[in-house]
Amino acid sequence: MANTYSKVGEMTTNDGVPLKVSLRRSQRKLKLWAFLLVAPLLVFILVSFIIPVVNMTLRGVENPQVINIMPNVVAELENWQGTQLPDEAVYAALVTDLTMGRKNKNIGKVATRLNYERSGMRRVITGSARKASKLKEGPYKEQMIKINKAWADVGVWSLIKRESGAFTSSYMISAVDRKTNDAGEIVAKIEDKQIYVNLFGKTLLMSFSITIICIVLAFPIAYLLATLPLAKSNLLMILVLLPFWTSLLVRTTTWIVLLQSQGVVNDLLVWMHIIDEDGRLQMIYNQTGTIIAMTHILLPFMVLPLYSVMKTIPPSYMRAALSLGANPVTAFIKVYIPMTVSGIGAGSLLVFILSIGYYITPALVGGQSGLLISNMIAYHMQNSLNWGLAGALGFILLVIVMLFYALFNKVIGIDKMKMG
Amino acid sequence: MKKLLKRTIVATAIAAVSMTMATTAVQAADTMTVVSWGGSYTKSQERAYQEPWTKMHGTKFLSEDKAGTGLAGIRSQVEANNVTWDLVDMLEGDSMIACDEGLIEEIDYDTILAAAPDGTPASKDFLGGMNGCFIPQIVYATLFAYNDELFPGEKPSTIADIFDLEKFPGKRSLQKIPDGNLEWALMASGVAADKVYEKLDTEEGIAMAFKKLDEIKDSVVWWEAGAQPPQLLADKEVSIASGFNGRFFGAQVNEKQPFTIIWDGQLAEIDGWVVPKGKLTDDLKAYLKFATDTQRLADQSKFISYGPARASSAALVGKHADTGIDMKPHMPTNPENFKNPIIKNAEWWANNKDDMNERFNAWLAK
Amino acid sequence: MGSESDFLVQFKNVQKSYDGVHLVVKDFNVDMVKGEFLTMLGPSGSGKTTCLMMLAGFETATNGQIILDGQSINNVAPHKRDIGMVFQNYALFPHMTVAENLAFPLRVRKMGQSEVTDKVNRALKMVRLDTFANRRPAQLSGGQQQRVAVARALVFEPKLVLMDEPLGALDKNLREEMQYEIKHIHEDLGVTMLYVTHDQVEALTMSDRIAVFDDGIVQQLASPQSLYEQPCNAFVANFIGENNRLMGKVLSVSGDTCSVELQGGGGTVQAKKVNVGQVGDATTLSLRPERVLVNPAQGSCANLVNATVEELIYHGDHTRTRVSISGSSDFIIKVPNTHNQQHMKKGEAIRIGWDTDDCRALDA
Repeated sequence: MANTYSKVGEMTTNDGVPLKVSLRRSQRKLKLWAFLLVAPLLVFILVSFIIPVVNMTLRGVENPQVINIMPNVVAELENWQGTQLPDEAVYAALVTDLTMGRKNKNIGKVATRLNYERSGMRRVITGSARKASKLKEGPYKEQMIKINKAWADVGVWSLIKRESGAFTSSYMISAVDRKTNDAGEIVAKIEDKQIYVNLFGKTLLMSFSITIICIVLAFPIAYLLATLPLAKSNLLMILVLLPFWTSLLVRTTTWIVLLQSQGVVNDLLVWMHIIDEDGRLQMIYNQTGTIIAMTHILLPFMVLPLYSVMKTIPPSYMRAALSLGANPVTAFIKVYIPMTVSGIGAGSLLVFILSIGYYITPALVGGQSGLLISNMIAYHMQNSLNWGLAGALGFILLVIVMLFYALFNKVIGIDKMKMG
Repeated sequence: MKKLLKRTIVATAIAAVSMTMATTAVQAADTMTVVSWGGSYTKSQERAYQEPWTKMHGTKFLSEDKAGTGLAGIRSQVEANNVTWDLVDMLEGDSMIACDEGLIEEIDYDTILAAAPDGTPASKDFLGGMNGCFIPQIVYATLFAYNDELFPGEKPSTIADIFDLEKFPGKRSLQKIPDGNLEWALMASGVAADKVYEKLDTEEGIAMAFKKLDEIKDSVVWWEAGAQPPQLLADKEVSIASGFNGRFFGAQVNEKQPFTIIWDGQLAEIDGWVVPKGKLTDDLKAYLKFATDTQRLADQSKFISYGPARASSAALVGKHADTGIDMKPHMPTNPENFKNPIIKNAEWWANNKDDMNERFNAWLAK
Repeated sequence: MGSESDFLVQFKNVQKSYDGVHLVVKDFNVDMVKGEFLTMLGPSGSGKTTCLMMLAGFETATNGQIILDGQSINNVAPHKRDIGMVFQNYALFPHMTVAENLAFPLRVRKMGQSEVTDKVNRALKMVRLDTFANRRPAQLSGGQQQRVAVARALVFEPKLVLMDEPLGALDKNLREEMQYEIKHIHEDLGVTMLYVTHDQVEALTMSDRIAVFDDGIVQQLASPQSLYEQPCNAFVANFIGENNRLMGKVLSVSGDTCSVELQGGGGTVQAKKVNVGQVGDATTLSLRPERVLVNPAQGSCANLVNATVEELIYHGDHTRTRVSISGSSDFIIKVPNTHNQQHMKKGEAIRIGWDTDDCRALDA
């Protein structure tokens, strides 16, 4: 016992080892074990999720093309003021770089990159590269301008200088419907080209509507599930989960069959003389179609958390409210619903975030008006191949999702959530 | 019980190992992964080139229907240094980009490809599109067709008719890309077919095209896969649809659909092969020589109504392999059909694709 | 027990069945007077909670009448019955503070703000939780939650308060403390309470009257004292307090006593005739352990039987002595540890005796 205090305030074990050290030592093995158990999942998440997300986000700011393929031009442009055409040295560097780029077959990357910023740059770069490699000797300025008059445009040189860094903000700027003009100011794009801000807005609005519809539809189902006797609730549960067990594509195409203008629902309405042949409703290939199909697909994500919360609410709470004199409606609103908030919250967060990122369903049934921002990201990944812009849009989407998550955490509290 | 378990494990292990070995063996025994557009088009390629080649050399072909995202696929495979595709079917415009970016192999036409039977070297025999990497294969057209049953009286016959919703009521179906739609919109506004790209080079021309498209926007069902337009027409979801002429032909012939093709303003484009970086092996060269010779290209037109991309093949176009229909009148390149075509300007599109896509998507979302 | 109008609650021939085959409550009749503390005691599944739920309106009676304050309430919705209720799990609303919980019944009655505050404060003071008004239920201990639940059931001054095993979740000390507290509240407010429990000690200490339930039937309805002292059948005798049972056969009956021949050859004893049939019928003799005397003085007891000491357990104020008698070995005697008490040893042969009045002959 005499050894317990070696110094004032520091506890030691009977061996004289500080207590904290000893405790740490005894827990080290446990911690190692815990880490080893988590390690496979950690590696999996790192490889399959975190690295791709970081990689994709980097794509939104990376700008390797100009700096790597046209190093001489970049070096020569460093001291250029940007007010008038650059001097001969820059043109000589341009010829060197274009010739090299053509020889290495990578000048097209610069062409593609610059064409994103300014239409027609592809032709300027590839055409000039073809001809520049045939130039014998300088001075090059006159000759290059003769090859393509774009080289006499200060704006083209500003563009090259602007995109000569290893990183660029131009994808991010473009992702919010803005561009950098020749004077280097960030201005709004012409109205005909503004698309992403509206689309982000529309995506949020539609996700919000889908979430609300899901709450309204899921609440009674979950309530039934939680209150029915086991045998019946099991059957109902299977019905709720059925969509999970069928392919997403099958479910979506089923909606097409049902909702198209020559489809089952319209045929039925015509047959019942509710609408006439010319008045067939357009319920698919638009926002309505997207909302219907996505609500159907995401509904279980709302039902399950709600159900798991409701299952834990004993009937005595409603009874208590009734016995205290509240009529059934008041009791339901004032007592039951607030107790399901954690479930509503968890379900809403799931549905909202899932629907923000959904793209297969809107692509199939969304037509032109039912498209979401993720369809645009997929489009830039697969069709336009502008991965930089896709990365920038994806990053903005990620930020929006995290903002909503933070907001949600503030309002309801993540620790109170029940996922199911 | 323990013994049984042990035996099962051993058996499973042996099975797994031998299966792995079998797969490797198959791959070693010469397989070729060919990326194309799927459906009746891939079928026609299989029957015209791949099956005869397999018969002669035992090469196995693996088909992937990913030509729609072919450029993206090649780019990611080359960047990841893991190219699995041997041969990719691609449009001329995309091939220019891929070629400039060094994603695909350069082709020395006259040494790799077969000359025409009369000795004309390959570089002179193909109809166009030879940008140094691209091996032309067929000429196809994107054009309009309508369902006869929906127009009992006067039938639409020109591009202008398609934009006339009053005279020819009903929904339209257009491909969800700006390509073609802009050209047709200008034609419908009175621009001559051979002047549309000149016009599109001006801001005024682009505005004019979108303004014309505005007139029918609310009546358009947009399609993305080539199989959709014949289906939409057959279901009478739309009355007139743009689509690939081969698909409409397939529906007319194989499914006896009452479709009529409007050849006016057909958008003719060349489609062909490209070889991803590092895949130009001697085996592949031999196959390419075979698959693009005069006879083989003519053979393909027995199965699908796309025109062979070699001048020397035209005379060899014969009858449909299954129905015996004479294929010549169904070729986009048939003089009767080729009266007022738009020749797709691949270079213009390569330069302006980003810009046009941006505008088109913004316009769609409005 | 008074005229018809003094009854606050009357169950008249109430029956309840859930499945249409079995009766959970077979024939329930009870009259509660105003201000009474009545407990329904019984093992789980005996139908006591069902009766409570029928009164509260959460279950409907299959047959019979439930009358509250002279009105039949069979068809009155629960929230219109004006009955306060304390639930086994308290059912405090977790999203409301203590004060909001108490204010809930007042607010749904559209009471004015100042009146609500006033009543809530008074109720909180009554259960000594006035400093906890702004806490959430989850921040309170079990006993505190219990007191809030009681206060909430009382704050709107209902005619009747129902309690469904309210102390079941508390530990022993707290449970006893709360028993007294509820009892005091009952006495102070004079409110009528119907209490459900399966704990006989709780029932004995708190109630004016106890209805002992078994198998859907009230076995006996009486004051705690008469339940303990004068159980009317074997079930009640066994269920309430500790009880020794001796099986036997009725030999003869004279007046309110009968002589019974013990099973197992222990001889013949005299017992008070309570619930036996004719001569020759089987009977159960009920004897409280503290009423049995060890080696009584000759002639002081009507009954004397030989026994052997099997086990002695020291309990402080008394020694629990297990003896074998007449072939059965689970006969318990509580021997008070007074200083003149003789010490017994295990295996010792003794004689035990009891008064005829303390030995009740009940149904077999």
